[in-house]
Amino acid sequence: MSFDIDIQARMGDCRPALRLATDATLVAVTGPSGAGKTTLLNCISGLVTPDYGQISIAGRTHFDSDNSIDVPPDKRGCGYVFQDARLFPHLTVEQNLLFGQKYRRGSSHWTLDELADLLNITALLSRRPASLSGGETKRVAIGRALLSAPDFLLLDEPLVSLDSERAEHVNSLIETLKAAGNIPILLVSHDPAEVARLTETVIRLD
Amino acid sequence: MIAPLTASEWEIVALSLRVTLVAVLCTLPIAYGLAWVLARRRFPGRFLLDAVVHLPLVLPPVVTGYVLLLLFGKTGPVGRFLNDVFGVAIAFQWTGAALAAGVMALPLMVRAMRLSIEAVDRKLVQAARTLGANRWRAFLAVTLPLSVPGILAGAILGFARSIGEFGATITFVSNIPGETRTLPLAIYTGLQIPGTDIAVARLVVIAVLLSLAALILSEWLVRRSAGSDAHVI
Repeated sequence: MSFDIDIQARMGDCRPALRLATDATLVAVTGPSGAGKTTLLNCISGLVTPDYGQISIAGRTHFDSDNSIDVPPDKRGCGYVFQDARLFPHLTVEQNLLFGQKYRRGSSHWTLDELADLLNITALLSRRPASLSGGETKRVAIGRALLSAPDFLLLDEPLVSLDSERAEHVNSLIETLKAAGNIPILLVSHDPAEVARLTETVIRLD
Repeated sequence: MIAPLTASEWEIVALSLRVTLVAVLCTLPIAYGLAWVLARRRFPGRFLLDAVVHLPLVLPPVVTGYVLLLLFGKTGPVGRFLNDVFGVAIAFQWTGAALAAGVMALPLMVRAMRLSIEAVDRKLVQAARTLGANRWRAFLAVTLPLSVPGILAGAILGFARSIGEFGATITFVSNIPGETRTLPLAIYTGLQIPGTDIAVARLVVIAVLLSLAALILSEWLVRRSAGSDAHVI
């Protein structure tokens, strides 16, 4: 099973919950702003500890409150593309892209050059994040997550702040990843129409 | 007046620089550790730790010097331990002057570094964690390099505070020529003796030049590490 998740989290007054057991490679979670979508992604990545429940992805248990399992974020093998990108401002684009490779043993499906080409960011490699546009920043963040040889991908609003041409580009990249089928992907979006073309496995949070 | 430095002036300058550099270099990692703990950790007693770190800033320096003498003097608990175990004495030595200068500089260094650590977005540290860096490596790769301007600012404030240190030093290690008579103590000593106006004036000019050089160097370092908009003055 690619995703086997049943968690309850806490975020102020809101108590987002996610229950999901599927073999689908790409799962989309939609819902209005404030429904707790990002909190759930933070739980799955290990940055936030859920109140209770369990998280298994591709057969690996990352969290299980009954058995006191809580794998730290650096050991979960997750490729997390944050909504706000979070590129390291003191590193060049190339150093950002290669950041995960310094700490993870697994090898990525792509080389730096292949991925930079695919994401159309080859010309940006020597630049600093502060000089990038919103769309460029987002593509570098996606590249950084993919190059870290992740066991699964978490995409938080991957199409926000992209113009239609770039959004189309990222959409087709996500479709390529889905078709390759070797990395489970959990995608969060506020827009149900946006995810409709990508996957039939859609969870709606209210 | 503009003649080269005399041997005794060189001795004073060299001693001052040695005391100050040792004080700043030894205090730097301690100050950074305290700054990180105060910026990033919440624990019982945090307020007390914060207060103790800031004590040398608000206490009269003579009191700090006296407390150091009580602790590190030959009969003090730490001083006796150092003497018995390592055969090292600190009171009335230049190392004691460095200790006094370091203690007096600590709060200023902690404040500058703490501000820069607090300014490092924790979300960047989280991003590093999800990319496979454990806590320590995320600190080394993200928090430490991004807080370098604060480290430099703290070091220069510490240098300025240390090189001007007077009250705690004279109380703790006295005013021994060639051992603990740093620049401010030498100026003070000269002022007590009639007819030494020119000698005192020369030392004052040296103090001004040293401090200016340190400020210019720090501005250059901070700009180089953090871009042309950053500055410590």
